[in-house]
Amino acid sequence: MIQHIRENRRLQGFLLILPAMFVMVTLLVIPLTLTVITSFGQRDADGNVIYTFTLENYWRLLGFTEQGWDDLYLRILLRSLWLAVQTTVIVILMAYPLAYFIARSPEKRRNFLLFLVLVPLWTNFVIRIYAWVMILRSQGVFNSTLGAMAGLLNVPFQPLDLYPSQTAVLIGMVYEFLPFMILPIYTSLEKIEPSLYEAAADLYANAFRTFWRVTVPLSMPGIVAGTILTFIPVIGTFVVSDILGGRQVILVGNLVQRQFLDARNPPFGAAASIILLVMTLVLTLYYTRRFGLGEEIAAG
Amino acid sequence: MAEYAVELRNVWKRFPGPGGEVVTAVKNVSLQIYDGEFFALLGPSGCGKTTSLRMIAGFELPSEGEIFIHGRPMGKTPPYQRPVNTVFQSYALFPHMTIGENVAFGLQMKGVDKKEIARRVAEALEMVRLSGYEKRKPKQLSGGQQQRVALARALVNRPEVLLLDEPLGALDLKLRKEMQLELKRLQREVGITFIFVTHDQEEALTMSDRIAVMEGGVALQVGTANDIYEHPNCRFVADFIGETNFLDGTVAEVDTDKARIDLPGGVSLWAHTPQRVAVGQAVTVTVRPEKMHIRPNATDVNQVTGYVTDIVYIGTDTHYGVVLSGGQTIRVREQNYSAESRLLAREGEAVCVRFSIEAARVLTE
Repeated sequence: MIQHIRENRRLQGFLLILPAMFVMVTLLVIPLTLTVITSFGQRDADGNVIYTFTLENYWRLLGFTEQGWDDLYLRILLRSLWLAVQTTVIVILMAYPLAYFIARSPEKRRNFLLFLVLVPLWTNFVIRIYAWVMILRSQGVFNSTLGAMAGLLNVPFQPLDLYPSQTAVLIGMVYEFLPFMILPIYTSLEKIEPSLYEAAADLYANAFRTFWRVTVPLSMPGIVAGTILTFIPVIGTFVVSDILGGRQVILVGNLVQRQFLDARNPPFGAAASIILLVMTLVLTLYYTRRFGLGEEIAAG
Repeated sequence: MAEYAVELRNVWKRFPGPGGEVVTAVKNVSLQIYDGEFFALLGPSGCGKTTSLRMIAGFELPSEGEIFIHGRPMGKTPPYQRPVNTVFQSYALFPHMTIGENVAFGLQMKGVDKKEIARRVAEALEMVRLSGYEKRKPKQLSGGQQQRVALARALVNRPEVLLLDEPLGALDLKLRKEMQLELKRLQREVGITFIFVTHDQEEALTMSDRIAVMEGGVALQVGTANDIYEHPNCRFVADFIGETNFLDGTVAEVDTDKARIDLPGGVSLWAHTPQRVAVGQAVTVTVRPEKMHIRPNATDVNQVTGYVTDIVYIGTDTHYGVVLSGGQTIRVREQNYSAESRLLAREGEAVCVRFSIEAARVLTE
């Protein structure tokens, strides 16, 4: 038996991928297939799934209901998409200068700074998001600080109505995904040969032009990787919007969750998650075709 | 236009060291480099040659002193405003740009119009024999080709001075020899002043009009290859350039431009004295191995005797190791004029080594 494995390289390869394959099949392929099947099904009065083939769930999501045109779900989809785009853009704008700063710090200090970037991740994600409730609510840290400052300056102050709101969700998302953008951008910036900056300066490019012609193009793999690591989780999230947005901010993730758990309508929830999946795949494919595949995913 | 393409006037460079101490990389260096010259900064690693070059380029600023390019003081002028271009040791080609884009970069930054850029890029690539490679990426080229792209990228801007930081360091020996000639040809063709940093003395001798030998941040000697080889002004230069013999002794008798030096072991010899020496002074005499002869030659005044310790035959020459009666070991190089050149001595044999007064040179430092 052992002898047989030793001589057969194909068998060796198969045995090596077996554990990972087992996980992928049982936890991805089978559930995904079930979801696709369910999404074409219907629900009976008691909330049980009837397996048939109907496109009704999809039509409803796209706005064509039995009662006529209703763009409720389309708006949810677009809101999720818009929030994901906003989050990604803000995260890139905030992460880039920081990653640049770390990459150009003395080598000894870099690891410490990266460590600081990762420290928040040691706390549970849900706890960190709840912390933002404490900060943003009307009697929270943010408003009381502003109030105190207003008091000192003797100006009238009305607490800002930040929580719950879509802005609060955006703040939470940006906070949550900042490290996942910093790390890949840092990795690609750190790889840039310092002599390239000198070469650009030598060829009459000032700091500004060097940045746009050399630094940014060469850190593109990091930006792409960070975008994928941010955009995909954000577009499907439901925890952050649940906690920071309350009932006001319903995203596709919340829709799916509620259809399965509260409304007891798995076929509709399944259809929503398939639409989300297709949307994410299409956007990601377009994006990576356009900007190249982020080589930093593994490193980030 | 000023007489010098580049002038360094009493330039110092100090860096903060890793332990907080001050490291002086360049100590009071003054150099005058003529227009159109092929000038080499030669020295072992850490001698300050690269720092000097980087100060001319503007990547480092002198701690003291001033650098002039065609008479204009550079002060704190940033690299992108200096009329010089650099060929980097690592080439530093932009990996995300094609060869054409790399070469066009400097002209684009200067705002040269597109047609002119296209014409000059094509011309520059032709000059380095890389026409047709415009669309390739640097990674698709060999080391030697990348080197030539780096040259084209710098020369296309028609700088007043081209700075080259060990540009041939990464190439294998054969390619290196080819590129040495290529560089020399290019320099003659474009007529631009080249300043070249190298630790390879042979490379410096082959290519340069003049050489500055640097050691410990100091420019020890500046001169033509011939000056530096034949008339070294100190022990370091004599040792660093080519092979030589050193004989330590004391001055016994002084004539106008020569002196009699007593060596340990009761031997004395006459040597040329470029600097004034006094009787009783401890000095070193340097004699190149090829200027010493085992072959009988009546015109050579100096004669020392010793035993042959080893013989190495390398084709063009035969090298003899000879230990003198005073205990010093010297090396003698005899050229093999004809195929039948016989050995002039055997190992262990007593020989008389002869050399002229001019071949022996007294060094005081």
